[in-house]
Amino acid sequence: MTANPPFTWNLIEDVRQLFEFPFMVNALRAGTLVAIVASLIGWFMVLRRQTFAGHTLAVVSFPGASAAILLGVSATYGYFAFAIGAALVFAVLSPAGVARSRTEESAIVGTVQAFALASGFLFISLSHRNITGAQSLLFGSFLGITTTQVAVLAASTALVLAILGFIARPLLFASVDPDVANARGVPVRLLSVVFLLLLGIAAAEASQITGSLLIFALLVLPAATAERLTSRPGMSAVLTVLIALVVTWLSLALSYYNNYPIGFHVTSLAFGAYVLARAARVVTGRLGTAGVVQ
Amino acid sequence: MNSSETGTQDVGAETPAVVFRHASARWGNRVIWEDVNAEVGRGEFVAILGPNGVGKSTLVKAVLGLFPLSSGEVLVFGEEPGEANPRIGYLPQRRHFDPGVRIRGIDVVRLGFDGDSWGFPLPGLSRFSRRHRDADARVRAVIEMVGATGYAGRPIGQISGGEQQRLLIAQALVREPDLLILDEPLDSLDLPNQAAAAALLASVSKEAGVTILMVAHNVNPILSYLDRVIYLAKGGVASGTPEEVITQETLTRLYGTPIEVFRTSDGHLVVVGQPEAPHGDVHAHMVRQ
Repeated sequence: MTANPPFTWNLIEDVRQLFEFPFMVNALRAGTLVAIVASLIGWFMVLRRQTFAGHTLAVVSFPGASAAILLGVSATYGYFAFAIGAALVFAVLSPAGVARSRTEESAIVGTVQAFALASGFLFISLSHRNITGAQSLLFGSFLGITTTQVAVLAASTALVLAILGFIARPLLFASVDPDVANARGVPVRLLSVVFLLLLGIAAAEASQITGSLLIFALLVLPAATAERLTSRPGMSAVLTVLIALVVTWLSLALSYYNNYPIGFHVTSLAFGAYVLARAARVVTGRLGTAGVVQ
Repeated sequence: MNSSETGTQDVGAETPAVVFRHASARWGNRVIWEDVNAEVGRGEFVAILGPNGVGKSTLVKAVLGLFPLSSGEVLVFGEEPGEANPRIGYLPQRRHFDPGVRIRGIDVVRLGFDGDSWGFPLPGLSRFSRRHRDADARVRAVIEMVGATGYAGRPIGQISGGEQQRLLIAQALVREPDLLILDEPLDSLDLPNQAAAAALLASVSKEAGVTILMVAHNVNPILSYLDRVIYLAKGGVASGTPEEVITQETLTRLYGTPIEVFRTSDGHLVVVGQPEAPHGDVHAHMVRQ
């Protein structure tokens, strides 16, 4: 990383340079895919109040990745296998899925999360990796993303988006209003299981960029920011994806030039957007614009 | 009435909206209610009354096919429960949207219209598709009908309980159902809002010819509009017109404890001594004669 070209104020030239290195191209591809899928799934996750489950699925992917490294296979498999496995466990253990038994659900989820972190550290120390290995799994890294990895991300993103597109409206109905949706024949229980699986895949994807611990940067923050700006569901979903994309692209460029960890950039930019949105809300509220205050 | 006269295939206009015949429900070994016989005619405004915990909500869930009977039968427009659900608008027992829910009221009503169809709507589709324009118009019309136009564009978590309830009534009505089932819709509304919501439901029932089956704990705000009551209590079930059911004899038998029904000088019925009232408080039901 010593050969980083300096940042110039010729922005077009800078962007051209970014695309010259295959590792940067792969990082941009992977980041774009992850931003889209994580932010959209995150939009539903915030609506369904399942952020704790989402975070835990990401934390679970940490022992997944370290176990894969210990076994000498690609970390990608570990991310997906563990996150999807944990999603299935949640689906079996908390039948109501949403709202009904939330205290019990959070106890189950918290238990799994603690065990997952501990196991991750065990696997890391068993594989005699240095602390940097653990760090990039926990806090993210965009270096050395292979073309195979990008292909896996593209396939899983396509799968998640296809399923989400199909179930989007009934899922929104079941999330906002489960009793009425149930009476209307919407398979509320099945949808909550399917959603947990999609959340597992999205968490596994996002963990590979932001790391397991900073997953909220892409899963929660874009949705929470968009929610501040509009209460129209369609508009807010589109805004969510746009925010995630801009944050991811900017972070990759920043990391390229200043070598600070990507996880920090993604998180702080997303956080900045959120604070700005809240501030904007307060300001428009003070000015009394429209009837949409708060 | 014997079952050969009203076969399950009879779905003509004369079929009652809901019929219970010797219907019983159990939760494990516990009998919730048994031998319920009642009929809800087309276009009637009917209340299911009774103290807490006697299975009023279970009764409407049986109508929706969400709770299976242990014996007997319930027919909805002559069909098995569940079959007729597309013709039913349902407003479940009080649910709040907490202040964090940032979905507009109009979106919640819209979900009642087409929330059960797969896929997702493309933004701006209503500009090109007649079906989408009609759906938009229907949603706006029903919101106008319940008088919620002024706040339907605000996040539903940010409006008052009474306003939320109006939008939920709009949601239940948006598909122009033949039967509207409401579970304690007036609970947790303040008195003026209770009266307003009751008047709204009565006018919907009369003008649109919608049959209304409503679970109520406090009968006062609706009693003057009711065509029929189904009274559930620990001691059994009675159904009929309010004048038939709300009598000293019937209520005393249902509750298994002496109940007195008085007629006031201005023609109201007053029921005194219902045991569900906490700490012996007097709980009064009144009916205009």
